[in-house]
Amino acid sequence: MSTADAVAVVLMIGVTLYAIFGGADFGAGFWDLIAGGDRRGERPRALIEHSIGPVWEANHVWLIFILVVSWTAFGVVFSSVMSTLFIPLALAALGIVLRGSGFAFRKVARTLRARRLAGAAFAISSVLTPFFLGTAIGAIAAERVPVGNAVGDPVSSWLNITGITIGVLLVVSCAYLAAVYLTVDARRFGDAEMERYFRVRAIGAAIVAGAVAFAGLFVLRANASYIYHGLTHDGLPLVIASAVFGLATLVLLIRGAPGLTRVLAAAAVAAVIWGWAVAQHPYLLPKVLTISQAAGAQGALVTVLVVFAVALVVVIPSLGLLYVLDQRSMLGEEGGSGAADRPD
Amino acid sequence: VTGLETLAASSTDLLFSREQMAFTLGTHIVLACLGVAFPALTLIANYRGLKHNDADAMLLAQRWSKVIAVTFAVGAVTGTVLSFEMGLLWPGLLDQFGDVFGVPFAIEGIFFFLEAIFISIYLFGWKRLSGWAHFWTGVPVAICGIGGAFAVVTANSWMNQPGGFTLDSAGKVTEVNVGDVIFNGAMPYEVPHMILAAYIVTGFLVASVYAVGMLRGRRDRYHKVGFLIPFIVAAIASPIQFAVGDTAARAIAKDQPIKFAAMECVQTTSSDVTEYIYGRCTSDGVKGGIGIPGFDSFLVGWSTDTVVTGLDTVPPNDRPPANTMLHWAFDTMVGIGSAFIALGLWFAIAWWRRRDLPRSKWFMRAAAISGGLAIVAMESGWIVTEVGRQPWIVYEHLRTTDAATDAGGVPVMFAAIVVLYTVVGVATVLLLRAMARRWRERELSEQDVPYGPRSPRKEDRSA
Repeated sequence: MSTADAVAVVLMIGVTLYAIFGGADFGAGFWDLIAGGDRRGERPRALIEHSIGPVWEANHVWLIFILVVSWTAFGVVFSSVMSTLFIPLALAALGIVLRGSGFAFRKVARTLRARRLAGAAFAISSVLTPFFLGTAIGAIAAERVPVGNAVGDPVSSWLNITGITIGVLLVVSCAYLAAVYLTVDARRFGDAEMERYFRVRAIGAAIVAGAVAFAGLFVLRANASYIYHGLTHDGLPLVIASAVFGLATLVLLIRGAPGLTRVLAAAAVAAVIWGWAVAQHPYLLPKVLTISQAAGAQGALVTVLVVFAVALVVVIPSLGLLYVLDQRSMLGEEGGSGAADRPD
Repeated sequence: VTGLETLAASSTDLLFSREQMAFTLGTHIVLACLGVAFPALTLIANYRGLKHNDADAMLLAQRWSKVIAVTFAVGAVTGTVLSFEMGLLWPGLLDQFGDVFGVPFAIEGIFFFLEAIFISIYLFGWKRLSGWAHFWTGVPVAICGIGGAFAVVTANSWMNQPGGFTLDSAGKVTEVNVGDVIFNGAMPYEVPHMILAAYIVTGFLVASVYAVGMLRGRRDRYHKVGFLIPFIVAAIASPIQFAVGDTAARAIAKDQPIKFAAMECVQTTSSDVTEYIYGRCTSDGVKGGIGIPGFDSFLVGWSTDTVVTGLDTVPPNDRPPANTMLHWAFDTMVGIGSAFIALGLWFAIAWWRRRDLPRSKWFMRAAAISGGLAIVAMESGWIVTEVGRQPWIVYEHLRTTDAATDAGGVPVMFAAIVVLYTVVGVATVLLLRAMARRWRERELSEQDVPYGPRSPRKEDRSA
């Protein structure tokens, strides 16, 4: 494996972690959006707020990691993708601002109107952002991003059946992960009603996500031949693994969703991502630019690997600490009781 | 379509890209300052609260964490926009120099990660973690804030003094020397300048909130502690900042003489150059303003004989635009920085004599506007360094024109982002004000302190 290949693996690890952690935070926004009116949606929204509050910012950093590694190691790919896919990626960036600030604002807003507005901003952008990111992935998969500064079509490159399908797939996958995680979280908080609420939705989302993923294969066959070939050959074991994990998740959900369900749900998503990576290998832009063609100078690649190694030693244990404290309910309201705004 | 029209169209698009970058960076930088320095101020209050059993300080620390929760979230997402913009607006920069420019950002990633993790633990850990354990979860946040600022400003200083790479004949980077990228020529003065700026902006901004409260008659101990902690930090940082800034200006006169000439409106190279305070820059020299003969030369080399390079040494298209604005930005930054030193001295004298704040209302009034002025000074500084670097995005290696995107959507995105940031900015301010109002209203009804039995001190802190 060359240094550039190793960096590509690091990049895919970042993508995977962003998908299974950050993706679930977006998915929580999806459930927030469709939770219904103020009264009906109050409890699921409270659970969502409580559940993603302490972790979403740390999870979000994986996106920054992905962007920075992309431009440091594969600058030509980054600049080609960002300039051709200016529209969906600009929309995703705006969505990220709206999502994060909307979520933070809702936590501190006290009037109903302000909470509704902030909540709507958070929830709508939580759906739109992964959709637009997905259209960008679809454009890359469908070989619609040529090398160069805004060389590809600004609209038809991503606003096509492949882009839309992958966009929808991302939205439902995020919703699926979120529903599974929220089911387990609800049980941790001893909220049987919410556990049932999200378990039912997780089952529904698992079925829809599976169906969209399956339909997506046919879309890829028609529009993204290189990826489709890869998914049905070298990547096939991973595609099958994803289907098996997905089915196992579904079975566990029906059987009461033990803690292991989360791991399997995440594994189903991770397997698709790695299947896609294997299918695309050795290309970063299918049939256009390979990993080695796109790789920057050796010094930069080595830096990325060193940074990743440091991250493994320093960041991963810290993340682990955050998750453990969170899962043991050691992280409560911000600012402690002296600064709390409402009685507990 | 003539070539001229194409050129005109592309320069308008370039203008939009530059304006959008300036707007989003200018917004984010305020939040970034809070992200770097506010946790440190909070930890000082938290330490006082724990060590000296100071309930006022402890309450301040808790409330400041609530504020940080909001500003950090908005800062994290506005920072993400900047990462997107590197590609959305400046694909040419990353296409050619991504592997050099990205190095400091990759390092920054580690700091930002740790910052985001520990800030969550600290903000959410007030109730369940024990006092000192909780305090220590905040310490990495303050350290990583400085580390992250170091890395990001290193990237900017690299744009001013690029180094650590080898180009082939086609202009492609063939080798990157990480050490030389990070320890580039401008790093030693830009990095401390910005980290100190973060502490000064945050310190005066937080202090000004309590100064306003005291001017409105809330002169209790809680307000005094809330004022003193941030004010003293900013007041200590101000004279250090002046020395660092002065060093930076002299280094720029040597490293980027055209930027310096534009800052000081020096048209022709000579010795005995007059230092102008404000005034309008024209090709015939400075109109208006206060001139101090020979002083510019003196500032550059400690002697009026020092030769200062003029703008005429490079062709017009190698000179920065908007000379007067640059010159005014520089003077404004220096002026405000000097005023801060005076404000700090005023406080120091009163404290030395009477162990108390200056009695004059004018001191509190000055302190009340110091937060806003600090932001103006910092933004002015960024105008100096960024506009002063033009027309280069990578000094003397890559022109901003050649880095800009050819995508057509920039004006639309710019308009959308101005609307969005305005809404987010207004909402942030309104929500923080509403939070402060709620705190004042429930002062008397508070029931407990975080780490143990409540101390009997309710009555000394009336709203």
